[in-house]
Parts: sequence; structure tokens; C-alpha cells
Amino acid sequence: MSFVIEASGLGKQYGRRWALRDCALAIPAGRVVGLVGPNGAGKTTLLHLAVGLLAPTSGSIRVLGASPADGPAQLGRVGFVAQDTPVYTRLSVARHLRMGAWLNPGWDREIAESRIEQLGLDPRQRAGTLSGGQRAQLALTLAIAKRPECLILDEPVASLDPLARRDFLSSLMEIVAAQGLSVVLTSHLVADLERVCDYLVVLVASKVQVAGEVSELLSSHHRLSGARRDASSLPANQEVIEESHTDRQSTFLVRTSDPVHDPAWTVRPVTLDDLVIAYMSRPANPERTHRPQLKVTS
Amino acid sequence: MIEFQLDTGSGVATYLQLVQQVHQALQLGLLEPGDQLPTAQQVVAKLAINPNTVLKAYRDLEREGLVRPRPGQGTFITRSLPRTDPAAQTRFLGSMTDWLRSARAAGLGPDEIEAIYRTAFRSCFAEGVA
Repeated sequence: MSFVIEASGLGKQYGRRWALRDCALAIPAGRVVGLVGPNGAGKTTLLHLAVGLLAPTSGSIRVLGASPADGPAQLGRVGFVAQDTPVYTRLSVARHLRMGAWLNPGWDREIAESRIEQLGLDPRQRAGTLSGGQRAQLALTLAIAKRPECLILDEPVASLDPLARRDFLSSLMEIVAAQGLSVVLTSHLVADLERVCDYLVVLVASKVQVAGEVSELLSSHHRLSGARRDASSLPANQEVIEESHTDRQSTFLVRTSDPVHDPAWTVRPVTLDDLVIAYMSRPANPERTHRPQLKVTS
Repeated sequence: MIEFQLDTGSGVATYLQLVQQVHQALQLGLLEPGDQLPTAQQVVAKLAINPNTVLKAYRDLEREGLVRPRPGQGTFITRSLPRTDPAAQTRFLGSMTDWLRSARAAGLGPDEIEAIYRTAFRSCFAEGVA
């Protein structure tokens, strides 16, 4: 299997603070990958390391099998849209495209121009006067007209209104359908990720809490509720991700590849939102060998 | 050409929603053999979903023998589905109503009855929906 991002022991230190530490990742290529995690988990640092804007303090990262700062050829293989989709406010749309053509050997002028036309943007308009949605679309156009094999986007839709967000994601998905590139994007909007991503990575405090195909993750997690019982009474093939108890009732979110047939449980499917929140609130201690202590939450 | 809709709150997997909508369109006679389905690109442009989701739905339909891809042209309906037999629907509606009445007469409340129904439904379709 080829990987779009592979990291091991990856760390980045600013002064005395580690923004990312001991991160291990293997994200398969050819997917639309959603990277989620709380603020400060190291997502942006990870993406900046992946595109070569930062150099690691420790460990290694490979993107499409090569080192991110491996020279112009490698830079041309990866498209990057930074947080808040920055553009040069004083330059016109047309000048952005000219600059893209000048800076990128593999620039596809036809893609760039047809997208600008399709979006209804005036080439003479200054980028600073575009709406948030138009600016994001311009940044996306610049990133894909260099015909990258992989597109990395950091919170591309965070500041967009719902309509602009939908338009942006539609454009992104059209590009994926037409060009078949790998995409890695971060977002807090799990509902959006659920539509567009086929692979999910939950990153908490530099650690991958869970990673996998979205469809596989959804079908292997269940919410069980019933009369109160201890997590240790659950079968060994059910990994407890989250649990809460009242004096009478217990609710578990479990991961298992087998169907749950125990008639004592009411079994509900989980949404991607449930799943992300469960893994985000899980104590970051993957070496745990025994079942967690019961905690009474209400 | 049909247009797919997405019900994000339903909890039904997106690809399955697409499959079901093709089934329904066939049962209602909205789609007939020879008709073309929208291309993956058209679907993702409208719904902002992952193209692989559309391809997965189309592969499922192909496996059922309902559609066939024609290289360079698109995906076409090859077979129609029999319209649901209205007599069977009426019959099962009748027996379901009888069952509900007897459950209620036995003192079960609506929530309990629904829980029983859900459990039975799930065990009956466990392999199909996952």
C-alpha cells in the first residue's frame, strides 16, 4: 500500500514547548482523509511539516514516499491551502493565476482559467475584495492548477457560511472525481467530514486515537445501553471506548467487528460525531492493559 | 435522469441512500431500462459527497444486476424492478396492526413496543445493513 503521509517519532518543538511529539501515522493514498482533533492537538503543525514549511525537531515524515523538502519536484506534487485560505489582497485574480503559472512548472492554465470562469469571478478584481467563499475558491484553484498528486487543506471551510462551505466542498469533490488525487483536510465540522471523507484520523495530543475507513469505523462501533453493569462483564471482543453509568443504567460505546446479540442491550448505531467525541474525550493512554475504572457521571 | 437527495439525519449510510433511491425510482417506474444515472461527478457536484461513495453505490447496483457501466458514457439501467404488490402490502399492514393491538392489550406501552420492534427488525436484517 502506498501512503500519502507516513510519520514516525515525529516531533516539533518551539522553545521548550512541543507542538507535536512522538507522532506515528500511516495514511493511505487515494483517499479523502479527514483529520480531526481538539485545538492544540498538533494538526496544523503536522500539516506544515507535511508540506515542508516546518522541519521536524525529531523523527521523520514522508509525503507520497518522499521527504517534504526534497526539492522543487516534491513541492510540485503537493498542493497546500493554508488556514483561512490566504491570498494576496492587493493582487487581482488574473495576477494570482499569472503568478501560479510563473512559480509552478506543471501549471495547468486551462484548469485554472476554466475554474475562474465557472465560479463567475472577474479576473480583474482584487483578491482583497472577494467574499470569503470566493477567496477560498481562488486558493483552491491555485492549489489544484499545479496538478498535485496530493492536496492538503488546513481548516478550509471554518470561516465560510453554510452555502459557501457547501460550494467549496462540492468543488473539492468534483476535483477528486475528475483528477483522483489524495486529499487530507482538517475540520471541526464533523458533519462535513462525514459527507466528503472516506478515511478518518482522530489526533489527540499528538497521538492517533483512531484511524480507518469511515464506513468500517461506523459499522464497527455501537452504543449499548441497558441495566447497570461493569465494563469488565463485557465480552473480550468489545473494546470500550466510552462509558457512563447512573445508579441503574449503563451506556457503553464499544468497538467490535462482531454483531452484538446480547438481548439485555439496546443497541444503537453511532454517528461519526459520537465517534469523534468519544475518542477525543478518551484518556490519551494507549498502553492501557486493563479495563478503565467505572465512573459515575450523573 | 433522476436527482439524488441526501437525508443526513437518517443514520442510513450515504451509499445505501443512493442505492435505495434507485430502487424506489425503479419501483415507481421513474427509471426504466436504458435510462442513464447521473455521473459520479454530477452527483458529487450536487451533494458534496465523496465520489467513492457514489461509485460504491453504483457497484452495488451493478452487482444486483440493475445497472451496467458503459465505458466513456456512464452508468445505465439494465433491468426494471417489479412494482411492490399492493395486496402483499395490505396483508402485512393488517397483521402488523393486529400484532400492535395485542401488544397494547397485554399492557405494553408505545416505547416498549417500539423497542421490541427495533430489536426484532435488527436481528432480522442484521447481515444486510451492518
